[in-house]
Amino acid sequence: MCTVCGCGTDVSTKAPGLGSRVAAHSHDRGREHSHPHSDHHHHDPVEGTIDFGSGIAGVDLPGVSQQRTIRIERDILSKNNAFADANRSRLRTTGTFALNFVSSPGSGKTSLLVRAVNDLKARWPVAVIEGDQQTSRDAERIRATGAPAVQINTGKGCHLDAHMVGHALDHLSLAPGGLLFIENVGNLVCPAAFDLGEAHKVVVLSVTEGEDKPLKYPDMFAASDLMLLNKVDLLPHLEFDVDACVAAALRVNPRIQVLKISSRSGEGLAAFYAWIAAHAVATIEPVALPA
Amino acid sequence: MHEMSLIESVVALVEDERRKQDFSRVRLIRLAVGVLGHAEPSALRFCFDAVTRGTIAEGARLEIEQVPGRGWCGTCRQSVSLRERFAACPVCGDPVVRMTDGGELRLSELEVE
Repeated sequence: MCTVCGCGTDVSTKAPGLGSRVAAHSHDRGREHSHPHSDHHHHDPVEGTIDFGSGIAGVDLPGVSQQRTIRIERDILSKNNAFADANRSRLRTTGTFALNFVSSPGSGKTSLLVRAVNDLKARWPVAVIEGDQQTSRDAERIRATGAPAVQINTGKGCHLDAHMVGHALDHLSLAPGGLLFIENVGNLVCPAAFDLGEAHKVVVLSVTEGEDKPLKYPDMFAASDLMLLNKVDLLPHLEFDVDACVAAALRVNPRIQVLKISSRSGEGLAAFYAWIAAHAVATIEPVALPA
Repeated sequence: MHEMSLIESVVALVEDERRKQDFSRVRLIRLAVGVLGHAEPSALRFCFDAVTRGTIAEGARLEIEQVPGRGWCGTCRQSVSLRERFAACPVCGDPVVRMTDGGELRLSELEVE
């Protein structure tokens, strides 16, 4: 049994299109190991879909001992953070620049990513991990651009966690020096707490939502480094106060950067791509490693 | 409702501890949860029984210690209480107070036998 994540070692799964494989599976630094890629989740008959809808594994009960108190004092998210660190070091080996896109449902994340992949694929290799509770529709939309995409279905889960993303990485062969876009489950609350190993969280807010969203859902805006204010082509038809929205975002996160974009009209996208280029420099041009 | 996966993480930490120490039953799980953090104690309690069923933590009592919010005000140069994560300093009104307490999300203690 994997002593970090508790998964078993004795079954291997052959999923159509994915093949049977043993996944190198790393947790805390220096504790890497391999186990057959089988438990925790099911590979959907739909190609490139991973299903995390099933529950946690049971454990066996040992003999009886005396009652006592044990001090633990561990962060509840420490396991997720260990997986996130492992993902981060794995992405570093391929010089991959990863962004975690978070937003409420309907902000236009997938349309933005489809557009961005098309616009950027000549410049960088781009891969996408799509997170949704059900269906592989979003991954199919991405694959139509020619970019590799893996769909994670979280089942009842309301967010991606670093363990799921680690498994998704097993199914993506990342070209060196590329971009990885991770589209989180549409949810402005839960994904804020989970580091996936990305370089930055990018929160997408559309102008058809309320301008006070950053104040109502502060955790997500506090956790993000960039806010994309999407669908600005609709502003003439709406009573949306852009300045108030930006002020609200800056109040919960004085360091957040804001770009106004429209994935439909293309407005502001050049600035977003310039932001990516500027932030990806350190990742994508890694220092040559000694032989 | 990410509280469900937070409780799953708590169970995983308890299982970790079980590999280090010999116990067969967990009587009490004590968490420290900051009032300014993203986890809601009532939601943690709500899903606790369902998530722990069939695990080493089944039947354990859940105790949640709520940690009040505090922050450091650079203008007053003192620790002040914070009622909201991004609230201004209650003493001088400085809008930028660095949160120091209230974001906790910790498994602090287990009672086992």
